Amino acid sequence: MSFVYEKLMGGKQGFTGFILLAVILLLAFPLMLDEFRLSLLAKYLTYAFPAISLVLLWGYGGILSLGQGIFFGLGGYGMAMFLKLEASSPENTAIQSTPGIPDFMDWNQITELPWFWEPFSSFPFTILAILILPALFAYIIGAAMFKRRVGGVYFAIITQVIAVILTVLIVGQQGFTGGINGITDLRTLNGWDITSDFAKYVFYFVSCFLLLGVIVISRFILTSKFGRILLAIRDKEDRVRFSGYDVANFKIFIFCFAAVISAIGGAMFTLQVGFMSPSFVGIVPSIEMVIFAAIGGRMSLIGAVYGTLLINFGKTAFSESFPELWLFLMGGLFISVVMFFPNGLAGLWEDYSHHVTKRFVAFKNLFIKKAPATEAVKVKGASS
Amino acid sequence: MSDYTYSELGSILAMQGFAGISLFSVLLLMALGLAIIFGQMGVINMAHGEFMAVGAYTTYFLATLTETYFPAFMPFYFIFAILLAFLVAALLGYFAEFALIRHLYKRPLDTLLATWGLSLIMQQSFRSLFGAREVSPTLPEWLLGSYQPIESIDIPLNGMFVLALTAVVTLGVFYLLFKSSWGLRVRATTQNRVMSGAVGINTKKVDRYTFALGCGIAGIAGAAFTTIASTGPTTGTLYIVDTFMVVVFGGAASLVGTIASAFSIAQAQSILEFFISGSMAKVYTLFALVLILMFKPEGLFASKVRR
Amino acid sequence: MITTTNTDYTLAIEELTVSFDGFKAVDDLNFYLDKNELHVIIGPNGAGKTTVLDLICGKTKATSGSIKFLNKELTTLSEHAIVREGVGRKFQTPSIYENLSVLENLEVSYPYGRGVFGSLMFKRNQKVLDKVHEIAKEIMLDDVLDMESGLLSHGQKQWLEIGMLLIQDPQLLMLDEPVAGMSVKEREQTAELLNKISQGRSVLVIEHDMEFVARIAHKVTVLHQGKILAVGDMETVQNDPKVIEVYLGH
Repeated sequence: MSFVYEKLMGGKQGFTGFILLAVILLLAFPLMLDEFRLSLLAKYLTYAFPAISLVLLWGYGGILSLGQGIFFGLGGYGMAMFLKLEASSPENTAIQSTPGIPDFMDWNQITELPWFWEPFSSFPFTILAILILPALFAYIIGAAMFKRRVGGVYFAIITQVIAVILTVLIVGQQGFTGGINGITDLRTLNGWDITSDFAKYVFYFVSCFLLLGVIVISRFILTSKFGRILLAIRDKEDRVRFSGYDVANFKIFIFCFAAVISAIGGAMFTLQVGFMSPSFVGIVPSIEMVIFAAIGGRMSLIGAVYGTLLINFGKTAFSESFPELWLFLMGGLFISVVMFFPNGLAGLWEDYSHHVTKRFVAFKNLFIKKAPATEAVKVKGASS
Repeated sequence: MSDYTYSELGSILAMQGFAGISLFSVLLLMALGLAIIFGQMGVINMAHGEFMAVGAYTTYFLATLTETYFPAFMPFYFIFAILLAFLVAALLGYFAEFALIRHLYKRPLDTLLATWGLSLIMQQSFRSLFGAREVSPTLPEWLLGSYQPIESIDIPLNGMFVLALTAVVTLGVFYLLFKSSWGLRVRATTQNRVMSGAVGINTKKVDRYTFALGCGIAGIAGAAFTTIASTGPTTGTLYIVDTFMVVVFGGAASLVGTIASAFSIAQAQSILEFFISGSMAKVYTLFALVLILMFKPEGLFASKVRR
Repeated sequence: MITTTNTDYTLAIEELTVSFDGFKAVDDLNFYLDKNELHVIIGPNGAGKTTVLDLICGKTKATSGSIKFLNKELTTLSEHAIVREGVGRKFQTPSIYENLSVLENLEVSYPYGRGVFGSLMFKRNQKVLDKVHEIAKEIMLDDVLDMESGLLSHGQKQWLEIGMLLIQDPQLLMLDEPVAGMSVKEREQTAELLNKISQGRSVLVIEHDMEFVARIAHKVTVLHQGKILAVGDMETVQNDPKVIEVYLGH
C-alpha cells in the first residue's frame, strides 16, 4: 500500500492532486460540458501529453526541447497512416486512377503505395510503431548529442532545427505525406466509425485513462532514485558524473521516454479530430507545448495538465471576444512565468495554498464547537 | 542539359552563382545582428526575426507616408527608410534590454523563452497596427528591374542592392568592433566582465548598446528584405531558425565564422537546388548542418578559450 | 609507450604532461602514492596542483604520460568510469546537491543502482540506511540528516562532500583544499577525520594551511610550475632551501 501511495502517487500531495484530477476529468467535465466543449477538451487533453513530457525532460532534467512536436507528429502521423489506408480501400477509392491508395497520392500521380506505408495497414504494427519509432528517433538524436555533451541552448536550437527539417520534409514530399494539408478524411478504425459522437466520447475516456496512466508511471520515475539523479543532473551535472554516473545515459532515457509520451498524445489527437497535419509538428506548436508546461508548472505533472487546458480554453474564449488581446496576454504571461514565478501556477499554488487552507480550517473551526487546543497544529516545513 | 548552348549554360551558371551570393548576403545580414548579440553577449534573442520585421514595417510606413504626402520624394525615401529602420529597431532593442534581457543574463534558457514571449507580443503588435495581411512598400524606380550585362544574363537590381548593403554593413560592424574604442570595450566586456568593470567600463551600458546595435542591424536587414519579399506579422519566425543556424554553425564568438558559415550554407543550398527540388535542398542542407554540429558543437571557427 | 612493470603502488604517475596551447601546466611529472598513505601536495598558486587532480579524475585529458591506479590505466577512461574504479574527488568549492537533504545526498552517492534501470529499481532498504548513518556519523552530520544541505554551514558542506565520497569506499581519495573557509575548531575536526579515513586507503590532499598540513601529512610534495620541487616528510620539505626560495623568494 505504501508503495502505491508513495511511489505511484507521490505521497499525500500527489495523491490528493491525482484524485482531484481524475474526478474532474472522468466525472465533472463529462457531466458539466456539452458535446462541443467536451470534444474541444478531448483535443486539448492530447496536448497535455507533450506538456507532461516536458515536465520530466525540462522541469526535472533541465533539458529544454523545442521540438516535442516532432514526436507528437510521429505518433499522430503513424495513426493517421493506418486510418488513411483503411479509408482508402479499393471500394472507397474506386473513382481514382489508382484505387486502393490514399487520395493525395493519386492527385500526385503516384501509382503504387510507397514501401514505408505498407506495414501501416496492420493495427498491431501501427501501435508498436507509435511507441517504438519515436523512441528510436529520440535515441539517435539523444545519443548523438548527450554523449558529445551538447546541452542547454545548443540542444534546444538543434531540436528546433530538426522540427523544421521534419516540417519541410513533410510539406515538400506531399505525394508521400499529404503535404501541407496533412492526412485527412479518416473514417474508420478496424471497421468502427471514428467520426461518430459516440466514438469521440470513447476516445475522450481513452485519453483520460492514458493520461492518468502516464502520470502514474512518471511519478514512479520521479520518486525513484532515477528522479533524484535527474534533479542532480539538472543542478550539478559534473558532480553527478564524478559520483560514478554515466550522465548521458540518463538524459537519453528521459528524452526517449518524453518522446513516447508525446507520440501517444499525437496518436490520440489523430483519433480524436480525424486528421493530422504538419502544423502540429513544427516550431510553433513545439514552443506552445513548452508554454503549457511553463505556465502550468514545469515541476508539476498535474499542473502541466491544468496549464494546457487553461491556455487552450483561454485562447478559445479570448478569440471569441477579444482576439487582439490574446497573444499579448500569452506573451506577457509567459514572460512573467520565466522571470517571476518559474514554477508556474502549480508553484504559486504550493507556495500560497497553505494560507488558503489555514483560513479554511480557521473558518471551519468557527462552526465546530471543538476546543482549538486539542487540534494538532500543522507544522510548516514538513517536506513532501 | 543538352538543350542549352554553352553560352546559355554559362549564363545560367552566372545567374545561379549570383543567386547563391544573393542568398549569402541575405543570410549574412540577418546573422550579423544575431552574431553580435549571441556571439558577443551569449544572449539568445528569439525575437530577432521580429526586430527584422520592425525594420520592414518601418520601411513600409515611410513608403506609404511618402507616397501619400510627398510623392516627389519617392526616389529618395528608401535610404532614409534604412536609417530609420536601424534607429527604430535599435531603440526598441535598447528598451527590451533594459526591461527584460538584463535580468536574465545568467540564465540562457530563460532568455530564450522570455524573448520568445517578447516575439509573441511583437507579432500581435504588428497585427494590431498594420493588419494581419502581408504588406509591401512601393519600391523606388531604381530598385526595380534587372541589370543585363549581356543579353542572356539577368541580374535583379534588388539583389545587387542587398549585396552592396550587406558589404557596407559588414565592413561597418568590423570597423566598429575592431577599430573603435567602443568596440574595444565591447570585446573586453565579453571576455572578462569583472575585470572590465574594475577598469571602469560601464558594462551595463555596453550591454545595452550592444544589444541595441544587434537589433538595429536586424532592422536594416528587414528594410533590405522588403525589396525581395512581402512582410506579415509572422515573417519573423520564417527567418529565425535559419539565422540561428548560421550563427551557431559559424562558431558563435567569431564574426569571420559567421561570414564563412553564411557563405557555405548559401552555396550548398543553391548548388543543391540546381539538382533537386527546393524543399529537399533545404532539408539536406539543414541535415548536414545538424550532423556537423553534432560532431563539432562549437561550430566552425570557435576559438579555444581556457575558461 | 611506457612499459611499467606491475607495481604495488596505489597510484603511479609517469611522465605526465599536459599543455594548453603550448603552456605546460604539468611537465613530465613522476609521482607515486602508497597504500594507507596520506600525501599532501603544496605549492604556490598556478603550480599545477589542481591540474594534477583534474588529470587523475579525468576532468582534463593529458597530452602525454600515464596514470596508473591499482595497475589500471586511467588516462583512457571516462570520468564516471574512473569513479567506479575507486577514485573519489572533492572539489575546491563544496559541490553538493543543495536541493536535496543530507540523507539524500549520501544516498545518491551510494555505489549501487548507478545505471538507468538500476536507479529506477533502487530501493532505500535498511542496508542503504545503515551505511548512510554510518558515514554520517563519521562526518559528524548524523544529527542533521533531514536538513536541506543548502542550509548547512560551509564547513559542514565540505564534510558532506567528503562523506559522499566515503560512501563509495574509494581506494584513492583526492581532496582539493578541504579546510578552506573553515574555523579553527572545524579544521581540528577535519584533521581528525582525515587521519581516521586514511587508514585502509590512500589520500591525496592539496592544501595551503601549513599547520593543517603538518598535522595530517605522512609525506609532502612541493609542486612548482608543473614540476616537482621537493618530496619528503614535512620537516625536510620545510627546510629545503629551494622550497623556501620559491615561497618567499619571488
